[in-house]
Amino acid sequence: MIRQLTLNESDNMSADTKQNTITIDGQEIPFLAGQTIMDAALAAGVYIPHLCHRQGLTPHGSCKLCVVDIASKNASACTMPAVAGQQISNNTPALNEARTTITQMLFIEGNHICPSCEKCGDCTLQAMAYHLGMLDGHFPQFFQRREVDASHPTVMLDRDRCILCELCVRASREVDGKNVFEIAGRGTNARLIVNSASGKLVDSELETSDLAAHICPVGAILIKESGYKVPIGQRTFDLHKVSEIGLEKIVLTKVRQPDE
Amino acid sequence: MEQNAGPLSDIKSPPNLRRVAIDPVSRVEGHGKITLLLDSENHIHEARFHIVEFRGFEKFIQGRPYWEVPFIVQRLCGICPVSHQLAAGKAVDQLVGVEQLTPTAEKLRRLLHFGQTLQSHALHFFHLSSPDFLFGFGSDPAQRNIIGVLEKYPDLALKGVKLRKYGQQVIAAISGKRIHGTATVPGGMNKPLAVAERDALLVDIKNILAWSQDALALNEQIHTAHPEHYRFATIHSNFLSMVGGGGELELYHGGLRARSATGAMIFDQFDYRGFQDILREEVRPWSYMKFPYLVELGKEQGWYRVGPLARVNNCDFISTPLAEAARKHFREFGQGGFVQDTLAYHWARMIEVLHCAESIQALLHDPDITGTDLVADFDEKRMVGVGVIEAPRGTLFHHYQIDEQGLIVKANLIVSTTSNNQAMNESVRSVANEYLEGNEITEGLLNHLEVAVRAYDPCLSCATHALGKMPLQVELLDADGTLLDRLSKGSNGVIERTV
Repeated sequence: MIRQLTLNESDNMSADTKQNTITIDGQEIPFLAGQTIMDAALAAGVYIPHLCHRQGLTPHGSCKLCVVDIASKNASACTMPAVAGQQISNNTPALNEARTTITQMLFIEGNHICPSCEKCGDCTLQAMAYHLGMLDGHFPQFFQRREVDASHPTVMLDRDRCILCELCVRASREVDGKNVFEIAGRGTNARLIVNSASGKLVDSELETSDLAAHICPVGAILIKESGYKVPIGQRTFDLHKVSEIGLEKIVLTKVRQPDE
Repeated sequence: MEQNAGPLSDIKSPPNLRRVAIDPVSRVEGHGKITLLLDSENHIHEARFHIVEFRGFEKFIQGRPYWEVPFIVQRLCGICPVSHQLAAGKAVDQLVGVEQLTPTAEKLRRLLHFGQTLQSHALHFFHLSSPDFLFGFGSDPAQRNIIGVLEKYPDLALKGVKLRKYGQQVIAAISGKRIHGTATVPGGMNKPLAVAERDALLVDIKNILAWSQDALALNEQIHTAHPEHYRFATIHSNFLSMVGGGGELELYHGGLRARSATGAMIFDQFDYRGFQDILREEVRPWSYMKFPYLVELGKEQGWYRVGPLARVNNCDFISTPLAEAARKHFREFGQGGFVQDTLAYHWARMIEVLHCAESIQALLHDPDITGTDLVADFDEKRMVGVGVIEAPRGTLFHHYQIDEQGLIVKANLIVSTTSNNQAMNESVRSVANEYLEGNEITEGLLNHLEVAVRAYDPCLSCATHALGKMPLQVELLDADGTLLDRLSKGSNGVIERTV
C-alpha cells in the first residue's frame, strides 16, 4: 500500500461556501481564504499547466509552467494567493509560448530519450510537450552525463530524466515522514541527491511503499522491473489528457508495483 | 568466380592497385560504400563493401537496466525492429530465469515474428528489389523504383504494398504500433490479443495467402527463366541457420545448424546460448562491420551466409504444406545440391513469405492465441542472457551481461548483415570482375553491384533513398591516387561525369 496524499478540505470546496472570486480568462472562479490561484483554478475545473505542483504537497513554484498574468504582472499560480478581484490571464498565446520554451529547456537539459523510455506514454513532461504543441527541442542538446543509481533492490534513480521538480523531495518529507531526497548544486550543476552515508539509494530509508518512490512525473524515479507492462493504447496519456482535472489522482492510483 | 578468388586481404596501401569507390549505394537501407581495388592489369584484386556508419548500440546500452534493452535495441532498424525486440526479449527471459514461456505468450511472439518477417520480406522484394527485375538492372533509374512499378504493374505493386501492410497490422495488433511498439516483457508479453483483433486479422488472411503464392510464382519465374541470374553474384558458401527440433524451418526458436557448401553437416541442433564456442568475429581496419566465421573452419574458410537462402537450403522440411511444396521445388532446382545462386535469395524469401502467411492463418485459429496467461513465473536470476532469432535477413544474436543491480555491463550483437559481410564482399567482387570495363565506370556497373548487395540486404539503415534518386558517386583512381574517372548521380537522378 502506497502512502497517500491527504487533501485539504478547501481543495474540495463546495459551491455553497464561496465568498470571493477571481477571474481567469474571463471566467469567474470562487476561492476560500488561504487558497492559491492554482488551488482555486483546479477546484473550479480550470487547467493551468504545471509540472512541479501536486495538491496536498507544499507549493514549490519551481517549474514556472504555471506562471500566469495578473494585471500585467507574472506570477506562479501555485504559490500566489488568490485575492478577490484578481484579473488573471492563463491560456494566452504569449504565456503558452513561454511555457513551450520552458518545456524545451527541460528536454534539452536532461537526456530524455522518449522512444525507449519506460515512462513513455505515462510521462507528464512528454504529455506537456504534446499539450503545448512542442515540435522540437529548439535549443542545442546539453548531453549531460548524469549518474544512474540502481543500488536499491526495488527502486531505480535515473538522473538523466530528472527535471528537478522536487516532488520526491516534498513527498518524502511531508507524506513519508522521511528525508530521502534533496537538490544539490546550482544552475546546470543542480542535481538530485540521496540522503544516505554513501549517497546511494540502497543506504537510504526509501521503501517501495513510499509516495516518493511513485510520485516522479518523469522517468527519473522508477519501480524496477516494472517497465513496459502497460501496453501501448492503455498508458495514462493514451487515455487521458494532461489538462484533465483530477488526473494526478488517476496517475497515483495507477502506480506500478514491483514484482517481488 | 569463387574458385579464382582467394581470401580477401587487408592491404592498407596496396602497391600497384587502383581504387574504385562507389559511395553511397542506393536503395539499400543505409549508407554503404564499395571500393574496388584494381591491379595494374585492371583486374579486380579485392572488393570491399564498407559499412561507414557507426551505430554504437553495444556501447551506449551499457549502464542501462536490462528490461529497457529490447526497446532501445529495436531502434537499430525501422524494417525489422520486432526481430531485435524479440532477440533481446529472449535474452531477458534468461536473465529472470524463465526457460519456458506460457503457451499464449510463445504463440503471440511467434505470430508477431511471422507478421514481421512477412512485412519485411514484402518490402525487401516489392519496394526495393522488384524494380531491378521488372525493368532490368540497367534500365532508366527514373522508372526503376516502386513508383515506376506502381505505374507499370499496378496490380503487382499493390499486392506487394498490401502484403506489407498486413504484416504491419499483425505487428500493430500485438505490439500497439506498426513500428517500434512494445510487446515483450521479461518472461512473456504485455498484452493479450483480443478476440476482435484476431477476427480483424482473419478477414484478409485468404487474400494474403493467395498474394503470397502469386509473389512466390513470380519470383520463381523470374529466377528460373533467366539463366543469366543463376551465376550473377553467385558464390559457393557455407550456410548457417536455426532449425527446429525435427530439422524444420524455424524462425523463432531452435538449434543452430551449419552446413558446408557441399551439404556436409558442420554442427546441428547447437544450443545458441553457447554460440561463442562456434562463432568468432574478426575485426578489419577498413570497416565498422565485423567479419564472423565458424570456429571449426577458421578465419579463411569459415565465412558463411545467413538469411532465406541459407534457411531454405539448410532445413529438412517446412511445417506448412504450401511452403513445403515450394521448398521441394526449390531444392529440385539445385539438382541435389544447395541452391547457391545469390539472386535465388529472393525466391527463397518468397517461400518464407508463404510460410509466414500459412503460419499466421494457423495461429489465428489456435485457441491459445487469445489467452490471457501472458507471463511465466520467474526463477533464479542470471547474469548472462543470449537471445537468437531468425530475423528476416538471417540469424540474429543478442548477448548481454548484467551486474547485480540489473544494469548492462556488456553487450554484443551479431546482426544478419554482419554474418553476410564476407559473402557480400565476395558477391560484389564477382560482379565487378564481370562488369567493369577498363577505366570506364558505367551506371550499369553501379546498378549491377547494387543488385548484388540488395539480394542479401536492403538494410544498412536509412530509407530516404527508396526512390532510386539517392546521390551516388563513383571514383576511379590509379595506384598513385590520381583521379581517372568520376561518375555522379545527383538527388534529382541526373548522372554526370565530373572529371
